[in-house]
Amino acid sequence: MKVDRRSFLGLGIGAVAGIAVSPVGAKLTDDFSIWTQNWPWTPVPPDGEVSYDRSVCNLCPGSCGITVRKIDGRPVKIEGLDTYPVNDGGVCLHGIAGLQYLYDPSRVKTPLKKVNQRFVPISWDEALAMVTGRLKQLQEDQNPEALACITGSAQGSVPGLFNHFMAAFGSPNCLTMPDLESWLVLTATTLHGPKQTLGFDIDHSDYILSFGAGLIDGWGSPVACIQAMAGRKQREATLVQIEPRLSNTAAGADRWIPVKPGTEADLAMGMCGVLLKENLFDPVFAQGFTGGFMRFTAMVQKEYPLDKVAEVTGVSADDIQKTAIAFAKAKMPVALPGKGRGEGAQSLKEFAAVHTLNCLTGNINKKGGVFVKPLPDYLSFPDPVIDDMAQKGAAAEPLAASVQELMARIDQSDQSPVEVLVVYNANPCFALNDPSRVAAAFEKIPFKVCVSPYMDETAMASDVILPVSTFLEQMEDVPSRAGLAASVVGLARPMVKPVFDTRSPGDVVIALAGALGGGVAQSFPWENYEDCLKQLAGQIWKPLTRKGHVIVSGRPPAGSVETDFSFLAENPDTLKPAGDQEFTLIPIDNFRVPSTVPAPSPFAIKTVSDRILKGTDMFVEINPQSANHLKDGGFATLTTPAGSVRVRVHFNDGIMPGVIGMVKGLGHTLNNRYVSGKGVNINALISPTIEPGSGMDAAYGIRAGISKA
Amino acid sequence: MIHDKKAHKYGMVIDLDKCTGCGTCAVSCMSENNVPFKEDESDKKDSITWMRVYRLTNGRPFPDTEVVYMPRPCQHCGGKGDHGHSPCVSVCPATATDYGYDTGIVSQIYTRCFGCRYCMAACPYHARYFNWWDPVWPEGMEKYLSPNVSPRMRGVVEKCSFCYHRYQLAREKAYVNGTDEVPEADYQTACTTACPAGAIVFGDLNNPSHKVHQIVKPDPHPDPLNPDVVGKSRNPRVFRLLERLGTNPKVYYMSEREWVRKMGDHYLDGEWDKVKNVYGSASHE
Repeated sequence: MKVDRRSFLGLGIGAVAGIAVSPVGAKLTDDFSIWTQNWPWTPVPPDGEVSYDRSVCNLCPGSCGITVRKIDGRPVKIEGLDTYPVNDGGVCLHGIAGLQYLYDPSRVKTPLKKVNQRFVPISWDEALAMVTGRLKQLQEDQNPEALACITGSAQGSVPGLFNHFMAAFGSPNCLTMPDLESWLVLTATTLHGPKQTLGFDIDHSDYILSFGAGLIDGWGSPVACIQAMAGRKQREATLVQIEPRLSNTAAGADRWIPVKPGTEADLAMGMCGVLLKENLFDPVFAQGFTGGFMRFTAMVQKEYPLDKVAEVTGVSADDIQKTAIAFAKAKMPVALPGKGRGEGAQSLKEFAAVHTLNCLTGNINKKGGVFVKPLPDYLSFPDPVIDDMAQKGAAAEPLAASVQELMARIDQSDQSPVEVLVVYNANPCFALNDPSRVAAAFEKIPFKVCVSPYMDETAMASDVILPVSTFLEQMEDVPSRAGLAASVVGLARPMVKPVFDTRSPGDVVIALAGALGGGVAQSFPWENYEDCLKQLAGQIWKPLTRKGHVIVSGRPPAGSVETDFSFLAENPDTLKPAGDQEFTLIPIDNFRVPSTVPAPSPFAIKTVSDRILKGTDMFVEINPQSANHLKDGGFATLTTPAGSVRVRVHFNDGIMPGVIGMVKGLGHTLNNRYVSGKGVNINALISPTIEPGSGMDAAYGIRAGISKA
Repeated sequence: MIHDKKAHKYGMVIDLDKCTGCGTCAVSCMSENNVPFKEDESDKKDSITWMRVYRLTNGRPFPDTEVVYMPRPCQHCGGKGDHGHSPCVSVCPATATDYGYDTGIVSQIYTRCFGCRYCMAACPYHARYFNWWDPVWPEGMEKYLSPNVSPRMRGVVEKCSFCYHRYQLAREKAYVNGTDEVPEADYQTACTTACPAGAIVFGDLNNPSHKVHQIVKPDPHPDPLNPDVVGKSRNPRVFRLLERLGTNPKVYYMSEREWVRKMGDHYLDGEWDKVKNVYGSASHE
């Protein structure tokens, strides 16, 4: 057919008219626009009945009360619990992010055993049988003391059950990771006698002299401390912050006194000297001074004269004198030890010297002062059934006074004195100084059991992983710790059924004990953990379950306190940061980055500044005055005696010249891409130094060099 | 029926001297509003943080350095003269963002937004964020998502809503209780209730019984020096960000430190000393 002009136009007009009139075009456009508004892959959270449930957060020693908002039983939001005696409605970012830990990609979903360096899922029966088999072997070898146990904290019924197990099994090697509470217990033991701890009534004190304690940076019970600091200005209480870097606490303080890192103990001794010289100590309280007070006085006058202390610490003699006098003349002064969060490597000398300031003012067991209080004893454990072997094993000399010392000892041995190691709720392969040596020590231990909800660095170095529930999935008593004045016990309750094939750690210990038989099994007469907790808690069980918490004591402890000065009178050495390079590298405790267990949540990592972490690069802080040829934001190589890393430089005017600061708690290698592989673990750059008096690692910082990369 | 015809003006005042920079407000916001996260969140330009905490320093050398933290939610601007022409609302071609004359809250309707990002360019406070990617939660983690706030999808802009769903819930509760008034305690944003330092105070700026009104003491009259500015605080410690632009934010900041207040705006050399004591219009005090 020939297409002439007429038919071409006719067809063309017809087509145009047809398309215009036809609904197809409009329909297609409509369909297309609807299609672009469809997001089937975007989740639509199911709606349902709203309910609120209450529990206690167990993520840090803070022990805050929480409420959990649920939709048809599904938890969607965690908030602070009003009127809870620790936090009164307050909460921190880690508690709110608790639900992320529930579904954390690094959660261990089922028991695992290591076969050829890979983890293979196994049943609970098989896992428990593997562990009991190893333990029975130790019993057959008459060598129960070759079992060692590391727990993240010493308080509460679950660490108590681990201790009870160790006692019944017959091993003295049960150790706790160094947290603030363990340092406070050690300090109280050294100065006031055993089985005591310290609580600080900062809510009422009118003069707080903080030796680096990060009161709003996560020290102690973080929310309680932040609340105390928020009310501080209204109370007209003074805060003097002594530390080498302008932390957030220092920025909010009335006065910041920069001090050379690692000389805080000397400064505290110098201030003690001022109080003694000016006769500013409390004569009534001094009646309880025993154990070489005169020797201590003579030693301080001789070894810590003001000009010498001024030179060592970098604080002027005038400042030391004035601050010490202002402290002593305040009505309710409190001196706080524990740099940053107060956990990890600290120093007994420093804790003791700072607390001696409290003892000299006599503001002990008074409102607004320091409470020397007995360790919580609301749990009544039965005496373990101890057979001959257990008795012999328990009488053996403990291998070490601290986890760090134990790891160093194993690392240096040809054959590990520990044959079976149980780790609960602790991550020594990340949180201790020089974790590569800790991992090497782990290699030497024939059998490691990790009782943990997460596949963290320590779990990865273990042979068997027994996955336990998180605090939202189980019942557990949560005693307040970490320097709180009041002693409160809370009850964490299951907010949701266990998401994975996990058990409560208490049940794990009871099952292990039952499978072992003999005296160990007899020491654990409970059906399950809930039954156990009910019996251990005794009289407080009812109020605990009804109210969710019990205030064990809120008032200053009664009775006189004896103070023994013999430890300090010997003038133990102040440990200097190791090495001889130009700078001192110090760890920074950042509120948003937890540095022990658990690792930071994805939300917490999201809030970290891009001047701490950029991509996978880690920043270090340095004062521009001492930065020489370094550039702000530029790359540099940071070298310490323990190692060398590539970092980026962040100029911060608020850090002492000559000091380099690095945030602690980053550089994880666990199986969670939102958290791991980011930055550097500062612990890898610091070699541990065991303090002679305490047996604890006291290496807070190390000498370092930095050069342009 | 809700008979409450009173115009509310919800706003907040943040005490920067109390703020500890802990980041709890930011995480509470993310958890409340189903804000996603991705593997690398260190590029802060595309890191969705309805509430972002900035670190400010006075720039002085050691040892005179000072630091404060400044949380920044959406400022819920009332626009010039406080007539509801917020910078973002005026430019949105899709009416995806609008000014609520009954609450003073600047809304954001995700399914209406087609991602032109004009509002982001218009916002002087960088309070708006674009979803460059679809949100992905690790396996199982979407179980914690709240049904009160719809998760967003790739290609739309999102921002702080002053937890508008909480206002809706509080209004429903008031209706059930047979009252018109939403009590102050019933409508509080997630950041406010979470702040452990109590640095954030939230409420109705129009209601003299609300704490936020008592702290801010907003001037009902326009600033005589700049008639675009309305609601300037008559509290000498309170300021707003870039106040002289006339965006009229409903987020106020408070600090005793002069250098912090000076950081709220850009000043020419010597200009600060002339304007620093002009709070509101003195004639109305």
